[in-house]
Amino acid sequence: MVQVFPYAVGDAMSQTPIYTEYHPRWYRRRTSTYWWLRRPSYLVFILRELSSLFVAWFVVFTLLQIHALKEGPDGYQRFLDWSKSPLVLIGNSIALFFVVFHAFTWFQLAPQAMVVRLRGKRVGAAWIAGANYAAWALASVLVAWIVLRE
Amino acid sequence: MAKKSMEPFLWTLFSAGGVLAALLIPIHLFLFGLALPLGWLPQPSYEHLFALLRHPVTQVYLFLLCTLALFHAAHRFRYTLYDGLQIKHLNEVINVLCYGGAIVGSVLTIYLLWQVP
Repeated sequence: MVQVFPYAVGDAMSQTPIYTEYHPRWYRRRTSTYWWLRRPSYLVFILRELSSLFVAWFVVFTLLQIHALKEGPDGYQRFLDWSKSPLVLIGNSIALFFVVFHAFTWFQLAPQAMVVRLRGKRVGAAWIAGANYAAWALASVLVAWIVLRE
Repeated sequence: MAKKSMEPFLWTLFSAGGVLAALLIPIHLFLFGLALPLGWLPQPSYEHLFALLRHPVTQVYLFLLCTLALFHAAHRFRYTLYDGLQIKHLNEVINVLCYGGAIVGSVLTIYLLWQVP
């Protein structure tokens, strides 16, 4: 961008203007790309956001499992053997850590997103978070029971 | 770039997926990712799991869990790139990759569940 600077206001018209190839910069502080390393709370935020990758991984893992189940007992056995390999076990452990982290942060935020009133009074944050944790426990027990019962 | 008017809809998917992901993914990953491969719990038989997979309720359940989890992840990852890396000039590419990925994954989920004999 080219800017034109008149010399002095008085005799601006009589003199040749100076051309410069630099645009005058206004002050705007750049945020570092690594801003999330500055404070623990920022790091927690970015870790929570990164849980999305492991949620996506879970879907891939589940789709592979569904595909294996459709292939018959042999196909499912191959899936089981694959899921026993160290790399997959490590990957799933990390994924489990991140999704549990996601669950805690999600339920911790729930009271701020939900305003529940009971007999005219706002239900306390601890009660709402507690209800969410209870639902989590119930859902987990239910899924485990359905999968494991025979 | 997703239109501004799409944002509430995408956020609703994000939110619904976030609830399902928080409630259900930890136990799924614990069971199928760790406890069963490592033999901490007795392995359910193939017949039992296959019968579960064929059940209509399970199919609706898996459909909702997988698709909403994907849209949740897509939305969140989009903002991770947006905030974390500050690559705003790549917004359109990121949107296409994130939501496009979620759409492809959802179609694949429907196809797989549909094909269950």
